[in-house]
Amino acid sequence: MIPTPRSAVPLLELDRVAKTFGGHVAVEDFTLAVSPGEFISFLGPSGCGKTTTLQMIAGFLAPSRGTIRLEGRDLTQVHPSRRGLGIVFQSYALFPHMTAAENVAFGLEMQRVSRAERTERVRAALAMVGLSGYEDRHPRRMSGGQQQRVALARALVIRPSVLLLDEPLSNLDAKLREEMQIELRQIQRNLGTTTILVTHDQTEALSLSDRIVVMSKGRIEQIGTPQDTYERPASAFVAQFLGKTNDFAARVEGASPARIVAGGWSAPAPVGLRGPVTISVRPERIGFSEEGLPGRVAARVFQGNHWLFQCETECGPAIVVRPNDGLAQPGEGEAVRLAWRPEDMSIRDMGLRAGAVA
Amino acid sequence: MSRNGPLALAFHGLFVTFMLAPIVVVCLVAFTPEGFLSLPTNGFSLRWFRAIADYPEFVHAFWVSLGLGALSSLVALVFAVPAALALTRYAVPGRGALQALFLSPLMIPHVVLGVAFLRFFTALGFGGTFLALLAAHIVVVFPFAFRLTLAAAAGLDPSVERAAISLGAGGVTLFRRVTLPLILPGVVSGWALAFIQSFDDLTMTVFLAAPGTETLPVRMFLYIQDNIDPLVTSVSACVIAVTMAFLVVLDRLYGLDRVLAGKGSH
Amino acid sequence: MSAAATTTLPAAATATPPEPRASRAPLWLILPALLLFVGIVLVPLAMTVLLSFHDWGQYKGIEPVLVLKNWHEIATDPYYAEMFGRTLRIALVTTVATALLGAPEAYILNRMSGRWRGIFLLLILGPLLISVVARTLGWALLFGGANGLANKLLMSLGLISSPLPFLFTETGVVIALVHVMMPFMVLSVWAALQRLDPQVEHAAMSLGAGPLTIIRRIVLPQIMPGVLSGAIIVFSLSASAFATPAIIGGRRLKVAATLAYDEFLNTLNWPLGAAVAVLLLAGLVLIVVGANALVERRYAEVSR
Repeated sequence: MIPTPRSAVPLLELDRVAKTFGGHVAVEDFTLAVSPGEFISFLGPSGCGKTTTLQMIAGFLAPSRGTIRLEGRDLTQVHPSRRGLGIVFQSYALFPHMTAAENVAFGLEMQRVSRAERTERVRAALAMVGLSGYEDRHPRRMSGGQQQRVALARALVIRPSVLLLDEPLSNLDAKLREEMQIELRQIQRNLGTTTILVTHDQTEALSLSDRIVVMSKGRIEQIGTPQDTYERPASAFVAQFLGKTNDFAARVEGASPARIVAGGWSAPAPVGLRGPVTISVRPERIGFSEEGLPGRVAARVFQGNHWLFQCETECGPAIVVRPNDGLAQPGEGEAVRLAWRPEDMSIRDMGLRAGAVA
Repeated sequence: MSRNGPLALAFHGLFVTFMLAPIVVVCLVAFTPEGFLSLPTNGFSLRWFRAIADYPEFVHAFWVSLGLGALSSLVALVFAVPAALALTRYAVPGRGALQALFLSPLMIPHVVLGVAFLRFFTALGFGGTFLALLAAHIVVVFPFAFRLTLAAAAGLDPSVERAAISLGAGGVTLFRRVTLPLILPGVVSGWALAFIQSFDDLTMTVFLAAPGTETLPVRMFLYIQDNIDPLVTSVSACVIAVTMAFLVVLDRLYGLDRVLAGKGSH
Repeated sequence: MSAAATTTLPAAATATPPEPRASRAPLWLILPALLLFVGIVLVPLAMTVLLSFHDWGQYKGIEPVLVLKNWHEIATDPYYAEMFGRTLRIALVTTVATALLGAPEAYILNRMSGRWRGIFLLLILGPLLISVVARTLGWALLFGGANGLANKLLMSLGLISSPLPFLFTETGVVIALVHVMMPFMVLSVWAALQRLDPQVEHAAMSLGAGPLTIIRRIVLPQIMPGVLSGAIIVFSLSASAFATPAIIGGRRLKVAATLAYDEFLNTLNWPLGAAVAVLLLAGLVLIVVGANALVERRYAEVSR
């Protein structure tokens, strides 16, 4: 992952932006500064307010409170048609009565770009998304992936200051989606266009973004690089939403030095931590070893390049993922001991010190 | 963002006024206390509604229309539902042609149908009878019953029926317990639309109706041909009220635009 | 005419290809309906075509011979040319007027919020189901000579100084017909608007298009098939309209439908009336089928 260029002057700023519909709060207290060239994902389950936020940036919804600034200029009063943002819609929203080339040319026509330059830029944009030769096709005669590319070319050809992507890959099948993810990232890197992606797909957010904004119920849960958010989730919600995680009921025992104890597994506890705590560990970070938390394999599933184990332990159920390295694996019903490195777990301590990290 | 500007709203206001004006005027004039056509500026009166009772032709025509509408739409359904089910479920040869034939009364001008039915039933020797009217109405309202049933049947997930078959249902049970309940909204709205079409039809019926089998629209039309007085406005107001009640129910149940456009109806 | 046909196109469009579940067609399900239509639609129509070739005399009645007398009369007597010309003119003007008024109204309706949209849709489409006699009666009351409300209103607004003749004129017939036909147009355009991806307007906006450009370049081309299929319906119903021309147009302003009615029920010259009706039918089928084919070919990309 590329480190975020945080030193740069923010290109797009959202300052305590909120949106309420009647009594319902859709987005609350949304503050974010986006640097030039950054790729940001808004990630969350449906109804978390990510699309509403995007719509406010695009100008299709007016914020109830707060300001949105683009290059230091207040956008709130600027009409959507004057914001100069490129948008790829979930449904692609291609103009069905126009050919691919006419679709891409539309934005340039609106900018009164000369015909010669228009033709050249349309050709280049379609070539960029790998659709040379499809100029005269109508959208209805194109596949979903091709339509998606036309929509991307149409949004990029106007050289937008910010590219907004509203769940652009959600209508594609899994294989095509992966290909498009890579391609999207390459195009974005080459052009350096600042990009905001709205998605509910954590893999997509993790693999594409410089930074991820995890949202839930209208609020920002965490902002951080993909690795940070995955390794050090700031809340139980983020931990659950970004990948699978195991929650174990553990205790802090003894004093100076205090230790966190989960069955037969223990590790030094951070200073000041007391009483019962919840620790969470990612499934792929748990291993079978000679000592550790005792448990029993309840179910074992072969998944090709890895094995998935469901174990029962005195601290709660556990899911363990082990790579298929060709070695023998414990069978169903076998007694096992689970262990993990202390730095691979995060601790949530029932209200004493929320979100502490070991 | 999708709001209408003041200009659009002004246009809309004029448009709605245009659409409602003649209907409102008829209803208002019906309440006039005067003996001639006038707006009820000096208070409302029900005298012209009471006058309907003294004019038995209108009352009789109303009953003819009601019976004709109920009967013809029902019989049309009996023919239309099996045909629609068969056309959506089986590879019927000449499907397109059959569908076009069943919908043809929508394409053929009613005046032509009226002429053809008059010629046909007179030649058969029962011109002017209720039976002739009934047969003609069944055919004319058939497309409405057929189209809504067709849309409902086409929207039916075939795996639902297969599931029922795999559970042991078949024949009449399958139809009664699974298929019919699922297409019922379409069938009922098809019946309602067919009823209204029969109840309102003038152009075709005017050729077939004889004294004694005159429907309400025919009686009203012939009455207006002679003279227009408040009596016919009060009759019209009653017809409008009945239709409006029907319409609100239809809209609440299935959505008026879907019923009229013949789209799926859930 | 009556409030008869709604859209003729969607019916064909909703038909999905059949499941190849059974190769054996269940004839007994379709046969009753088929017999009904052959017996009570095709046979009478064939008899009417035949009738148009029969001879007729004041005293001898209908003579079942095959002659071209009626067709010759229609072809040569300028009275029929004038009457069919009037029918065509009224239908055309009505069609253009409903399109010019109905399409914008459908667009405005579509932009309203849910509750109002439902109410106004009911108010605008509702008249479709109200007896055409009652509706035309309303126009007769509004027009009613110098005392008609329409004239009083126009004069009080200072738009005209002396009453305009509406009753027994083509203008009056067209106004009332526009009212009768309007729901068909609104319905047809409405259906086309429902198929529009609402994000398309946003997409155009984000690319810098203003409201007028969006309507002209994005919305109109996509709803044009709806406008045209609405126009085809309105045209064919207007050209064969009976009640409205009969009540508003009176006895002198004859159109095809009212003339056929006169020949059948007043003059009793059935063969001539049949010829008028058959010509009307043939003309309309030709125009409607031709126009449909043109629309479908022109808008193959837009309409599914």
